[in-house]
Amino acid sequence: MIALSEFLILGAILFCLSVAGIFLNRKNVIILLMAIELMLLAVNMNFIAFSHYLGDTAGQVFVFFILTVAAAEAAIGLAILVVLFRSKRTINVDDLDTLKG
Amino acid sequence: MPDNMQTIYIWIVLAPLIGSIIAGLFGKKVGRAGAHWATIIGVAVACILSMIVFKHMVIDGAKPFNGTVYTWLVSDGVRFEVGFLIDKLSAMMMVVVTFVSLMVHIYTIGYMHDDPGYQRFFSYIALFTFSMLMLVMSNNFMQLFFGWEAVGLISYLLIGFWFKKESAIYANMKAFLVNRVGDFGFLLGIAGVLMYFGTLDYATVFANTGPVVGKTIQVFPGSDWSVLSLICISLFIGAMGKSAQVPLHVWLPDSMEGPTPISALIHAATMVTAGIYMVARMSPLFELSETALSVVIIIGAITAFFMGLLGLVQNDIKRVVAYSTLSQLGYMTVALGASAYAAGIFHLMTHAFFKALLFLGAGSVIIAMHHEQDMRKMGGLRKYMPITWITSLIGSLALIGTPGFAGFYSKDSIIEAVGHSHIPGAGFAYAAVLSGVFITALYSFRMYFLVFHGKERMDEHTRSHLHETPWVVTIPLILLAIPSVIIGFIYVGDMAFGDFFEGAITVLPKHDVLGALAEEYHGPFSMMFHSLLTLPFWFAAAGVALAWFLYMKRPDIPNIIQEKLRFVHQVLDNKYYADRFNEIVFAGGSRLLGKVLWQNGDVRVIDGVIINGTARTVGIISGIVRRIQTGFLYNYAFAMIFGLMFLLAVFVLR
Amino acid sequence: MGIEKFVFYFFALVMVASATMVITVRNPVQAALFLVLTFFSSAIIWMILEAEFLAIALVLVYVGAVMVLFLFVVMMLDINIARLREGFIRYLPFGAVIAVVMAGMLISMVGSKNFGLAKFAEPVRHVANYNNTRELGLVLYTKYVYPFEIAAVILLVAIVAAIALTLRRRPTTKYQKPEEQIAVKRDDRVRLVSMNAEQKK
Repeated sequence: MIALSEFLILGAILFCLSVAGIFLNRKNVIILLMAIELMLLAVNMNFIAFSHYLGDTAGQVFVFFILTVAAAEAAIGLAILVVLFRSKRTINVDDLDTLKG
Repeated sequence: MPDNMQTIYIWIVLAPLIGSIIAGLFGKKVGRAGAHWATIIGVAVACILSMIVFKHMVIDGAKPFNGTVYTWLVSDGVRFEVGFLIDKLSAMMMVVVTFVSLMVHIYTIGYMHDDPGYQRFFSYIALFTFSMLMLVMSNNFMQLFFGWEAVGLISYLLIGFWFKKESAIYANMKAFLVNRVGDFGFLLGIAGVLMYFGTLDYATVFANTGPVVGKTIQVFPGSDWSVLSLICISLFIGAMGKSAQVPLHVWLPDSMEGPTPISALIHAATMVTAGIYMVARMSPLFELSETALSVVIIIGAITAFFMGLLGLVQNDIKRVVAYSTLSQLGYMTVALGASAYAAGIFHLMTHAFFKALLFLGAGSVIIAMHHEQDMRKMGGLRKYMPITWITSLIGSLALIGTPGFAGFYSKDSIIEAVGHSHIPGAGFAYAAVLSGVFITALYSFRMYFLVFHGKERMDEHTRSHLHETPWVVTIPLILLAIPSVIIGFIYVGDMAFGDFFEGAITVLPKHDVLGALAEEYHGPFSMMFHSLLTLPFWFAAAGVALAWFLYMKRPDIPNIIQEKLRFVHQVLDNKYYADRFNEIVFAGGSRLLGKVLWQNGDVRVIDGVIINGTARTVGIISGIVRRIQTGFLYNYAFAMIFGLMFLLAVFVLR
Repeated sequence: MGIEKFVFYFFALVMVASATMVITVRNPVQAALFLVLTFFSSAIIWMILEAEFLAIALVLVYVGAVMVLFLFVVMMLDINIARLREGFIRYLPFGAVIAVVMAGMLISMVGSKNFGLAKFAEPVRHVANYNNTRELGLVLYTKYVYPFEIAAVILLVAIVAAIALTLRRRPTTKYQKPEEQIAVKRDDRVRLVSMNAEQKK
């Protein structure tokens, strides 16, 4: 018998790994995007686990929507990345500090 | 008839307003003649209609009208309305106001003949007539307050009519500020009425006094005040401001800076009597508070006596009349305090006629003297201006209470009423009004003799130009002289001793001094002859005789007296130092307070801390915070992660 | 240990390991491939949770589309990996501490104390011909039809945005412009010149 907590712990570990990934690869936008995908995966894991243990399909519907949005986000994010690279010839976060007013 | 009466009431107030608007807003287009015709027709219409109403009310004996014309707003059950209460009291006031106003309008054509602000002046006085009518015809406190403030405003505008004159600006500011003190009390009184009666309608308030009697309120911790007394005294403070009672009298003499027709209309005949009218209208409230009545009678007595004394030392012809007005207002107030409301109102009416007459007479003299107001430079004018002379004599005789003249009946009834009153302070008031008679006679005839008799003290140039004033000036004088003589004779029986104001004025049986006097009243003639044996007559006669002796027979004596009684003269000449006191204590005090508040409150707290302080704090904080904004994406991501850590910690450690 | 448990632990282990690799490998291409592995193992765990449709969707959408997109981009861009790895070692202890602390807190929250079998019993397995796709579809097209449509719109917007962002016209490329071709008048193309006929001598 697998307990709900084990799925949740798996999700938590995944989440923390992605947070650590954001810290470690702070300069590489591509890895940052991947870490974000990992985070969303961790969240989805929780949703599905709860959906299963509570017998409610709503959780899966949410995962469905999250997948949709994540796909859209990845597409646009990568598109921005490409445009960025074209104009700056770099994707190093250190070179991108124009957000500062 | 009753159906179109309401239309008539509306037109009475609207006619002067329309005239005022025409003269005020289209003054340039209609020209000088257009302005005075517009306003005079407006006021004349109001006057004729008022007389119709008066006839309808008094002679035909119609029932009082009390109705609402327009509801301005309803808020939480309290209705703010424009409405009319027409009974004998207001009908009489309407006639007095419109009649005197009409006379003044006509007179102004002559007096302001060369003034560049001609149209403006007519617009103001017509507007004043409108406001005053709104005040007296009101059936609720809201409209009363509106009229009250409106006449105050116009008084302010007119005192400062010659706004290039420094002293006029000073005077109108003073009048406005002093009136504000009174109005504050008045407003508190109205607020008290609204709080305890829950309505502003006269009739409802007067009908529901029962539950409020005996209620107390803690004004200061530990002291219980009767609510009714508090309301009445607050209202009376308003009356003190408007009717220039001590100590709020200081603005009235200075208001003589305005043109003379104004002094006659506003500062003698009508506006200053608004306070008297208001107290009489509120008689159902005042009757229930003996404390308030005592306050009223004492204030009135002080005003009547001490302000009369000041008239003795004035040399400016208008100021003498002004102080006499103060003194007479004191008489009216005393009458109110003695519960002889009818006598007070009666005196208000007669006074309106003869005081307007005296002022206009003084104005006529001033015109003839080329705007010289110092009586020491006049004298012997009798020969040059016979009509002014006769009418002024009539006015003076009426003022001092010569038997048969209007002032006699009203003043005598007041004095008698005070003599019979048992209100605390009535004894003092009786002494004050009695000696006031002597003083009145003395200063009135001092003025009369100085101006019209004796040596001609003006310079040669002025004398060569002396002549009677034009007909627009003399006609009002004559028209005002007529009621000054006969009005008392006609109405004394009804107004003072009869039940003329039945329903409009309430007097409790235990205060009903006039009722007691009425039993001894056997017609105007008998009152006249009887008076020859009483003190007031002999006091007045003594006053006249003394004036004659001092200013005709031995003109050198006054100077000697002045030398001997230097201190007394100085006190009087400085008006008991009331102005100086106000100047130093109130004006100086508030200036000092203002300066302290400005420097500490405004400069330090508001500018220093709140305004610049806010900006400085924002600057300092943003100086720190801007370091956080690096522009690097991962810094923002860290911030989010730390926030997440924090929230997690809250969950875990909770 | 039942087969179910074994599968769960095995793929959980694969998942954690590959996720760790995603964030630590030098080469972004490798990182993307490890991410594929992570998603794949995640899909299998979702299978255990009876979310078959989503598990398949994850593989199809993520592994098949999104990750290919990632690989595309990574390979397309000429990236200086050495510079991007700067400070990796320096931040390692810090990131590790953060991750461990956070993991400790999260696990203490979601551990068996709060979400163990005692609190949430294992639900009854569905029968053999249970159709997860049908169940999901039933709610998706009824109760959640409105958000579903919005999701579609979001995807459309993403398509348009991605194309609009990356689309560019090279100045050297030649295009056909039909509107200009149609608008052409005879005078633009043909010039009539009158000249004297030449005479041969």
